[in-house]
Amino acid sequence: MASLWQGYLWPGLIIVAQIVAIILPLLGAVAYLTYAERKVLAAMQLRKGPNVVGPFGLLQPLADGLKLLNKETILPSGANPIVFVAAPMLTFVLSLVAWAVIPFDAGVVLADINVGILYLFAISSLGVYGIIMAGWASNSKYPFLGALRSAAQMVSYEVAIGFVIITVLLCVGSLNLSAIVKAQETVWFCVPLLPMFVIFFISALAETNRAPFDLPEAEAELVAGYNVEYSSMTFALFFLGEYANMILMSAMTALLFLGGWLPPIGIPPFTWIPGPLWFAAKVAFVLFLFLWVRATFPRYRYDQLMRLGWKVFLPFSLLWVVVTAGVLVAFDWTPK
Amino acid sequence: MLVEYLPILIFLGIAAGMALAAIGASYVVARQRPDSEKVSAYECGFDAFGDARRQFDVRFYLVAILFIIFDLEIAFLFPWAISLGQIGMFGFWSMIVFLAVLTVGFVYEWKKGALEWE
Repeated sequence: MASLWQGYLWPGLIIVAQIVAIILPLLGAVAYLTYAERKVLAAMQLRKGPNVVGPFGLLQPLADGLKLLNKETILPSGANPIVFVAAPMLTFVLSLVAWAVIPFDAGVVLADINVGILYLFAISSLGVYGIIMAGWASNSKYPFLGALRSAAQMVSYEVAIGFVIITVLLCVGSLNLSAIVKAQETVWFCVPLLPMFVIFFISALAETNRAPFDLPEAEAELVAGYNVEYSSMTFALFFLGEYANMILMSAMTALLFLGGWLPPIGIPPFTWIPGPLWFAAKVAFVLFLFLWVRATFPRYRYDQLMRLGWKVFLPFSLLWVVVTAGVLVAFDWTPK
Repeated sequence: MLVEYLPILIFLGIAAGMALAAIGASYVVARQRPDSEKVSAYECGFDAFGDARRQFDVRFYLVAILFIIFDLEIAFLFPWAISLGQIGMFGFWSMIVFLAVLTVGFVYEWKKGALEWE
């Protein structure tokens, strides 16, 4: 009995506790990201935003969640019910499991696998499936068109994201996310790789279907894209998954380009602030950029979107991969 | 080695459980009263015109094919980027030649109009 407890149950319980310690703050962050989004947009448009439910409207996300829970779950008659319900679940699950490899501080990571960035890349690629399943299973025209657009858009920008990740890897020489952050101790990669940082951020907007690339949900033409037919908790899962994906892309930006948990300068008083706080501050900053962009830019047209992805970002990031590799090899700066 | 992935597997289980619980809870809490109008496909208030699963623009298919080519290219670049310090000049130039060949293909696609959306 003792060996069973020591060998399996206790380590298992520790892992479960760690997972809960990731999921709960994450869901809280998602809830308050929706609140922050409405407040930031309101402030930029000289409105007040939610201010009725609780002090400063702080209970608004909870009220929204409870409202959705109380709605009827509608399964359209023409829909394929299993795929229809599986799609939001898939989106939600994928947006959560990606967090298993995110390092919050030196050594503070659930699964410190040596191919961390590859895992993140794979999980974010799988995100397309949730949307295309939703669009197909709904058997309705708007979701179908929205899902097609979204899938084409996400795969287009994924290519650019892949090349950007390659340039970072060239400078690091490891696929481990903690190693990527440690390689930025002298200088954050957003300085030497500034163009790639910009491309990564814009591609992240397209990858998460955010304004100005929110064509899949363009309400003026597609009503709400792939989630037209969803209601209640199935809609809530999509919503949570999308916002968790936004936070995930921000976390990736922070890890790849903004030095993760590292302070800007390695001297006091910056080093007194613990790493996870630095990490959270950077993620919050990138999220603010997401909201700022949404408040500022009009929506792209679909042909402009595809042109930007294939004719601008793809050649440019490919060129930058070659230039980075060439410089590293020519000056013998390749990481040992 | 493989045990490092165990937390991810448990995470997957917990996340799937949460998703199921959320959908199950909405069935328990909310009153379900479907009728034929409510569960028909949404089309701005009209009865749906025809089936939704019909022809769509071939360009989406082209994008998918292009994506496969470039994503495979990226898959080749990952190990090369990690080991650039060890493989020396020969490794570096091999990949440059490979990228040059792909770029020729990319230019051909561009000239052929595969990247045009009107």
